Amino acid sequence: MAVLQAKLDALQARLAGLSFAPQGWLGAARAEALTRLTAMGLPGKRDEYWRYTDPTGLNVAAATPVALFDPRDEPPPFDAIDRLKIVFVDGVFDPTQSDALAMDGVVIERLAGAEGADIHWASGLYGVLEARGQNPVQRPLATLNSAFASDGVLIRVTATPSKPISLIYQQKSETSDVILHNCIKVESGAEVILLENGAAAARLNHVTEVEIADNARFHHIRAQGRAHSRQSNTHLFARIGRNAAFKSFTMTANGKLTRNDAVLELLGADSVAHVAGVALGDGAFHHDDTVFITHAAERCESRQVFKKVLKNGAVGVFQGKILVKQGAQKTDGYQISQALLLDGDSQFLAKPELEIYADDVKCSHGSTSGAIDETALFYLRSRGVPLREAQSLLVLAFLAEAISEIEDEVISDDIRQRLQSWLARHEH
Amino acid sequence: MLEINNLHVKLEEEDKVILRGVNLKIGAGEVHAIMGPNGSGKSTLSYVLSGRDGYEVTDGSASLDGEELLEMEPEARAAAGLFLAFQYPVEIPGVGNMTFLRTAVNAQRKARNEPEISAGDFLKLVREKAKTLKIDAEMLKRPVNVGFSGGEKKRNEILQMAMLEPKMCILDETDSGLDVDAMKLVSEGVNALRGAGRSFLVITHYQRLLDHIKPDFVHIMAAGRIIKSGGPELALEVENNGYADLLAEGI
Repeated sequence: MAVLQAKLDALQARLAGLSFAPQGWLGAARAEALTRLTAMGLPGKRDEYWRYTDPTGLNVAAATPVALFDPRDEPPPFDAIDRLKIVFVDGVFDPTQSDALAMDGVVIERLAGAEGADIHWASGLYGVLEARGQNPVQRPLATLNSAFASDGVLIRVTATPSKPISLIYQQKSETSDVILHNCIKVESGAEVILLENGAAAARLNHVTEVEIADNARFHHIRAQGRAHSRQSNTHLFARIGRNAAFKSFTMTANGKLTRNDAVLELLGADSVAHVAGVALGDGAFHHDDTVFITHAAERCESRQVFKKVLKNGAVGVFQGKILVKQGAQKTDGYQISQALLLDGDSQFLAKPELEIYADDVKCSHGSTSGAIDETALFYLRSRGVPLREAQSLLVLAFLAEAISEIEDEVISDDIRQRLQSWLARHEH
Repeated sequence: MLEINNLHVKLEEEDKVILRGVNLKIGAGEVHAIMGPNGSGKSTLSYVLSGRDGYEVTDGSASLDGEELLEMEPEARAAAGLFLAFQYPVEIPGVGNMTFLRTAVNAQRKARNEPEISAGDFLKLVREKAKTLKIDAEMLKRPVNVGFSGGEKKRNEILQMAMLEPKMCILDETDSGLDVDAMKLVSEGVNALRGAGRSFLVITHYQRLLDHIKPDFVHIMAAGRIIKSGGPELALEVENNGYADLLAEGI
């Protein structure tokens, strides 16, 4: 099928202000990505994968400026956690706020300037998982990212570091339009926690490619910024080896438009891939979780747990797919997406999909949307718990299954507190 | 303690009158039982007193120690000292029983301008009270009432009552779904709470519960009104003869 002219026109407009350095391995990877992108064009409203989310804001040539968000009452996430901090301000690495990019067990390099360096392992990853993730569904925004990302980190985890690596994306400009790309390789036997937080930019295009070797474990906890008008799309591509684990949790509070894609491939036997998220939206909020998990090996387990709390016309979207390939016997796939609609104006759109080519598998999926349980609410109030506190308690209870996907208790407590404080600020 | 005058209640959504002039006065430290056939309005009375949505008070009043109850939010009634032990305790997945108890205790303390209970003191207190009700640590950790047996749920209600120390306790068919041993356990829990400052309104179908929780007064409710009041002997009369005679008398 010929690519729609409109998609190509949109791409040409988008490319106007973008360029990249053609040198080295990175230049070659970028050029290759641009070639692929040019054949695809940008996503259109008629694409099945963009059926519930209008990509216009992510496509247009210039980002819509947004007022900076003043977090006032709340310190940034993960503040109390001992971690290696890497700070980007409007997409630009900030050495003054960052720790030294060194820690036992990891090698950290910046993407900016990497074209001249011989980073052999990264050249096998950058744009590679993204390219694999284009089949069977095209994800042109990720390809745009591979071609034009201005910065990011390349992290090679060779052993288990003593503390988490924390990527902090600050926004200080109302017009920042940022493209960041991270590559992470967790080598055999290693385990690492990656934290990410911050509003990042007026518009953010973010890609992380993760390769998890046999017997390695990767934990990812992300708190997307509270800025109301920001627009962002993120892609998480992961390739998971044998007896390995990938666990990712995202908390999203506010944001005019957020599209989080996760494309995970279980390539070795006995591995797990968990991806979870909670999203809180009040008013102009559109949040889309799109997940594609491929089981290509035996005895792997995947879990998708997504919970959204929506009010005042907020919209939540979930598109989740489990593909079980031939031979991926004893697969255990679980998928749940639920929305708590706090009023009649809000909307939840869900498209769960299962595609199974093996005959000895266990796959379950569920999707619900509903209001707060009035009986439970009365029960709590009859014990003296004030209405708003009772509502918050029930909302947190609704989110509990997703939060419990975070293994580290200090981090899950931090996330829970953030959710509580959001609920307190957005009382019904 | 509790004073109900000429209480008329209908369902909010439909034109169905349930209570047609209930009068009841419960003094401090007294235990009253209300018996009556199905559909007589017993549970409605308990819900209206505790502030559940869905009912419309068309006439009459109810007060707790002189405070007008019916205008108050459910949480304010609880803080004022009213407690309803539910006939069907509600399951709340995702909320731990301990968190629930502590939130409730502290919310009431806050409403009464008392300091919050410390985590240590709370734990000590809840363990002590749970032990007498044979509620184990596992039950305290589980989500509120989720996966509890009928007996466990009712014991959990009494535990909440023991922790919250209300002055006016309404037990709505606390005996329903209980075997003999569980009924004894629950009754012992209730009896341990009896005292000069605490009153009880025990709603039940059967005299059996009243063997364990001995009432000072027994009222028979039918078609939305209390048609007869008396001492404990009234419950025995019901047990022996059923409601039919009383109903005939009442009309």
